[in-house]
Order: sequence, then C-alpha cells, then structure tokens
Amino acid sequence: MTKNLLSSAVFAGLIAGLIAALLQFVFVIPLLLEGELYESGSRLHFHADGTPQSDRGAPGLGGEWGRHLVTIGFNLVTYTGYGLLMVAAMGLARDHRGTAITAQNGIIWGLAGFIAVQLAPAVGLPPELPGTPAAELAPRQVWWIGTILATMVGLALIAFGRGMVMHLLGLIVILAPQLIGAPHLDTFWGVAPPELSAEFVTQSLGFAAVGWVTLGYFCAFFMAQGEDS
Amino acid sequence: MTTKTATFAVTGSNTLAFAFTLIVGLGLLTVSGMAQATVLHDAAHDQRHAMAFPCH
Repeated sequence: MTKNLLSSAVFAGLIAGLIAALLQFVFVIPLLLEGELYESGSRLHFHADGTPQSDRGAPGLGGEWGRHLVTIGFNLVTYTGYGLLMVAAMGLARDHRGTAITAQNGIIWGLAGFIAVQLAPAVGLPPELPGTPAAELAPRQVWWIGTILATMVGLALIAFGRGMVMHLLGLIVILAPQLIGAPHLDTFWGVAPPELSAEFVTQSLGFAAVGWVTLGYFCAFFMAQGEDS
Repeated sequence: MTTKTATFAVTGSNTLAFAFTLIVGLGLLTVSGMAQATVLHDAAHDQRHAMAFPCH
C-alpha cells in the first residue's frame, strides 16, 4: 500500500511538474523577469513627473540556465509533495466512502486541489509579481495555510458529507477565512504596471490549474494501475 | 471474530500508510515552498512566485 502511494505520487508529480514547468517558462517566467526590471529600477513605470507609461516586453529567459534548472527541480518537488497529499486523500476516500479511483475521477480531484491550494488563497493573497511589497511574511503564511486547510475541509464536507446541512457547513468553512481576511499593508507600494501584475496573476493561476488537473489525473491513474498488479 | 480482526488490521495499516505519505508530502512542500533559509529561498524563488507560495 505504502509503496503504491509513494510511487503513484512520485510518477504523477514528475509528469505534472514537468508539464507545469514547461508552461511556466513559456507564459509565467517571462512576466516574472519583466517584473524584476521594475523591482530593480532598471525600468520605471511611475515617473515622478508625467503620466505613468512604459514599454511592454519581457527581457527573454537569458543565459541563467542554473537558475532555470533549479526552478524546474523545485516544481518537481512541489508537485510530488502535493501528489503525496492527494494520493493519501484518495486512499482515505476509497477506504471510508468507497470512492472509485479512476483517471477520469482524478480530474475532479485535481480541480479540487487547484481550488483549495491555489484559487482560494489567491482570493485573499493574489500571486505576487517580484517587487510587490506585502505584509509581514509569517501572518501571510499562517493565513495561507489556514485558508488551504479550511478549503480542503469544506470541499471534503461537500463531497463526502451526508445531507445538505453538511454541504452548507462546507460552504461556510470555505468562506470563513475569506471573511476573516488576509493580512495586507495599509498602503499600495507596487512599482510595476498594474496590467503586468494582473497578467501575472491570471497566467500563473491558469497554468497552475493545468498542472493540478494533470496531477490528479496521473495520481489516480497510477494508483489504479498499482492496485491491479 | 477472526474476520473482524483481520479487517481492522488492514484498515489500521492503511491509515499508517496514509499518515506516512502525508508527512513525506508536507516535508517536501516545506522545503520547496515555506523554508526561509537564504540558499533555499533564492533557489526556489522563481518557482515559489510561479506557484503563489507566500514568498519574502
């Protein structure tokens, strides 16, 4: 059992991590590098005099292959980590609720993971372009983890709870951290163009969704394979 | 009675497997997303931004 869980998560994590990293290098990392130009001050959008205006254009990936290789490596670690949590949850659902684990169902698991781990925390703490000043790290990490846990519990109540009262309770648990609210600064400090930050948020969320659905699909696929053999 | 014991044992060992898998996963995520050691933070920086971990 343990072997099947670990190997399923590792294989799924490698596949999803590689696909996600590839998409990040095409879509997300160029925006991140463009944001760093404003962080370092080599590009200015908000001039002291005159209207805010700056040229659009990412600087290209450049020759920092070491930096980009570790980005790929950490994507594999992150997706494998999330994959381990997902196969454990799949196994629990199968043992206690008789949920069938199939690749198709895995897509729903992946979407639920995306909602809990990416979308819900992003509602309060939008993914940050480098150079975006934000509140103290520790309270943000606490709110981020708390929101993920609450959203997971809420989704589980909706998916596996019996009766509409449990489902409504799930909705309340999901909304609670959003009502409490994420830690924010009292002032806006961003130096990058708002359009660039917005594009970074939508693109990083969109391609994380692809990564998560891929992860769910392959976690379930490999788990089902391992049980058959 | 024997059957009941066997079932319990299987469920129990699965629970251990799930717990072990969860702990390994949380360990990996702590390294790739949360730990603030400078070397780790700098190496994981781009990935943390791309995956929306709360970073620096």
